[in-house]
Amino acid sequence: MSSDSASLDMPSEDPGVQLTSRQHVTGFGFYLYLLSDGILFAALFAAFAVLRTATDGGPDGHMLFSARNAFVETACLLTSSFTCGIAMLACDRRNKFVALIGFLVTAVLGIAFLTLEIHEFSDLMAKGYGPDRSAFLSSFFTLVGTHGLHVTCGILWLGVLLVQFLLRGFTPAILRRFLCLSLFWHVLDVVWIGVFTFVYLVGGYL
Amino acid sequence: MFGKLTLSAIPFDQPIIMGTCIVLILGILAILALITYKKKWGWLWTEWITTVDHKRIGIMYTLLALVMLLRGFSDAIMMRSQQVLASSNGHGFLPPEHYDQIFSAHGTIMIFFMAMPFVVGLMNFVVPLQIGARDVAFPVLNSVSFWLTAAGALLINLSLGIGEFSRTGWLAYPPLSELPFSPGVGVDYYLWSLQISGVGTLLSGVNLLTTLLKLRAPGMRLSMMPVFSWTALASNMLIVAAFPILTATFAMLLLDRYLGTHFFTNDGGGNPMMYINLIWTWGHPEVYILILPPFGVFSEVISTFSRKPLFGYRSMVVATMVITLLAFTTWLHHFFTMGSGADVNGFFGITTMVIAIPTGVKIFNWLFTMYGGRVRFTSPVLWTIGFMVTFTIGGMTGVLMAVPPADFVLHNSLFLVAHFHNVIIGGVVFGCLAGLTYWFPKAFGFRLHEGLGKAAFWCWFVGFYLAFMPLYILGFMGMTRRMNHYDDPSWLPYLLVAEGGAVLIFVGILLQATQLVWSIKKRQTLRAGADPWDGRTLEWSTASPPPPYNFARVPQVACIDAYWEAKQEVTTAPEEPFEAIEMPKNSGLGFFVAFFAVIGGFGMIWHIWWMGILALVAFFALIVWSSWDENDEFELSAREVALFERANPHAA
Amino acid sequence: MTAQQRHDPRRGDASTPGLEGRQAHGSLRGYITGYVLAGALTIAAFAIAPSTGMAPFSVVAALAVLAIAQMLVHLIFFLHINTAPAQKTNVLAFAAAILIIAIVVIGSIWIMGHLNRNMLPMDHLMQMQR
Repeated sequence: MSSDSASLDMPSEDPGVQLTSRQHVTGFGFYLYLLSDGILFAALFAAFAVLRTATDGGPDGHMLFSARNAFVETACLLTSSFTCGIAMLACDRRNKFVALIGFLVTAVLGIAFLTLEIHEFSDLMAKGYGPDRSAFLSSFFTLVGTHGLHVTCGILWLGVLLVQFLLRGFTPAILRRFLCLSLFWHVLDVVWIGVFTFVYLVGGYL
Repeated sequence: MFGKLTLSAIPFDQPIIMGTCIVLILGILAILALITYKKKWGWLWTEWITTVDHKRIGIMYTLLALVMLLRGFSDAIMMRSQQVLASSNGHGFLPPEHYDQIFSAHGTIMIFFMAMPFVVGLMNFVVPLQIGARDVAFPVLNSVSFWLTAAGALLINLSLGIGEFSRTGWLAYPPLSELPFSPGVGVDYYLWSLQISGVGTLLSGVNLLTTLLKLRAPGMRLSMMPVFSWTALASNMLIVAAFPILTATFAMLLLDRYLGTHFFTNDGGGNPMMYINLIWTWGHPEVYILILPPFGVFSEVISTFSRKPLFGYRSMVVATMVITLLAFTTWLHHFFTMGSGADVNGFFGITTMVIAIPTGVKIFNWLFTMYGGRVRFTSPVLWTIGFMVTFTIGGMTGVLMAVPPADFVLHNSLFLVAHFHNVIIGGVVFGCLAGLTYWFPKAFGFRLHEGLGKAAFWCWFVGFYLAFMPLYILGFMGMTRRMNHYDDPSWLPYLLVAEGGAVLIFVGILLQATQLVWSIKKRQTLRAGADPWDGRTLEWSTASPPPPYNFARVPQVACIDAYWEAKQEVTTAPEEPFEAIEMPKNSGLGFFVAFFAVIGGFGMIWHIWWMGILALVAFFALIVWSSWDENDEFELSAREVALFERANPHAA
Repeated sequence: MTAQQRHDPRRGDASTPGLEGRQAHGSLRGYITGYVLAGALTIAAFAIAPSTGMAPFSVVAALAVLAIAQMLVHLIFFLHINTAPAQKTNVLAFAAAILIIAIVVIGSIWIMGHLNRNMLPMDHLMQMQR
């Protein structure tokens, strides 16, 4: 075997570095879970793509979607991804204060994103365009709502984790969980790129 | 307060169901009484329910699979009997609405709660041992996965006595499974139990995949991994890639049924065909999830008992990975008749035929492994040879149906039923039973009785042919699947033969039960050492049953068939002192999560909303509670390791 | 701060997404670059979408390219996935996931498109059965 395949074939159990090992195994496992989550979203995207024109005489994306709202949501989420990264850098340097501020800003931006989304949803439902109006709206609410549900879980997770962090500081377990959370948060942002492009822009204008 | 649940949900007027329920309840009470009488509750809790040891979890998965095999088989024999009795003027003993539940339950249970736990159980038990790891990557998560699967199994069996099961076939196609056409709780039982166990399977897939990629023994490159581990790798890749699609699809159907969305409804612009498209995007990879690990079992068995390295290790690995990739490109062949037209059907017909090529490569590899070897015809080898013959026939009928025009004739006929039983029984079940016999001594330290095992094999083998070959003919004669009654008396003789085959398989199952009981009774005479079969891979280098930490010293690997090569060298290993080992602590998390999954699932099925909310809150609390304790490991001191190792001497 | 506390990756361990090399979570400069690039791509997408000067197909194509570019920016600068040899497993796993995603989405659109062209829509079918 050539040397370039060494990394793929690399046995990573090194009894001397229990802590480091565990950090990396957990990170890798969580990464695999996130990839599978991406495939879950792929199924929902496929449903949206197929059912996009099935409006059953009801409104379509042109009439309903506000690009401005989507833009603000995107800005919130993108910035929160950035601040989450800054917080992780602070974790690397064991800078408790910056890490805390970074994660708090991330959570606040996440809540702002959710507020906008809930507002949009309740607006649509008040007009009678809820998920039960047409197949198109079912797929829209489910796709965007599933993303929103992930963001909600992320915020709850971050909340619990921050309490533990304040009580205990940088323990190996908390560092491991911050790593997973940051991966989760960045991947949610990647999924959102698909959502705003194909739901709000393609669906709203084209 | 109790949603749709009333006392009338219990079918008091159905003697068959009530009889079954009473027997089941008495059986469960007897088991509980026995545990109480023997004062084994504490032992059960600490040694099994809260265990995070991959070997014990693997054994529990297998036990679940065997119990569910009995449940699914009793459904099968009822269907066979009904079809024998319901010819021409007869009406059989099952009314249509009950019969429909039985074939739905049979398919659902056999795939999700028999085949899946069996395969996952084998992988769970064997993979860490085979790659020289001390446990899986996430031991607590492993326990959560198992208990979620068990929760799904419990929920689906509750439908027997409380309410009803789905009448919509094993994949619950809409629009039949939508609320207007299936207003009862049957489809909800189906959806919630499969959602819960599906999450468990997905987590288990992530876990084993991480284990295989990150925890191999030092020196074991991927290119040295035993073939069973390779097929486990492929199978878990498919689990991680396919199960999210199933979750999403079921979620959409649940939304249709609970919130009035219009994904797959007839009205509101919904498209039932989208469900069929998505479910088979999961469903086709699923059959490879099931069959690839048994392919690995056959590879291990045939090379061990032929005393030869596997012929064409590399081509075997390549074939496995090609099948893994192609698994995702053939799903449309399950609905050629849906009307996608010539282009689409042609494409998927060709990809389906292509998949026969790597499978053929594997068959030849096994044959060439036996060629020139000194084959010992033990019962695992019999299962393997039985598989090679049977699976080849099943594969060829599959290729026949891959031709779209032929499929238009055969679609939904008994020919199809015969085909998939041909590959699932001849492939998956034979493989799992071979694996069970092969690794049983490793798990428990004693062998299964060989004579009874061989007798069971012959009953299964002959019974299979009697039960399913007539169905091919009936398919050509025009008999469709899922018939509660038929008018053509010329079908009856074939169905009588099929019934005879089912009875013969039942005798095989009885023989296996006898074999198990007999072997446990006579375990002193059947005692097996660390390496009863003269094995080739690392699992045979440790004690039988292996210690909780698997290997006192992590093995060093430099080649394929690492243990075989180690046995050829006559070097006395230097007596190094043992080292302390970090072990994961037991955890009740899996059991409690599954407990609340059952509560929540039951609540959602019967529209008892507070139970659903309670489960959600409990789930959150459990996660937070378990995350609070960061010390999830304890140290097994070097002295304890040395004590165990001296008490259980073994080859390595 | 002991060496153990610091996750200092050994050989072969330097391959977890988000934990690369010595600077475990990249550098501040990396995050700022990523943020600026992603922001620019977002603005470009929102600016192009309403344009009426281009054919609809070109707009969709342009939006798809921008989306893919931005996803790559996120992967490289935020998730720290790159083509370093140590990351081979990650990249392969990622490529496999992308392949499955593409198969599921494109396959569904293809199949269902042909189906819709060949078969009656469901509501027509229901009407005929009435």
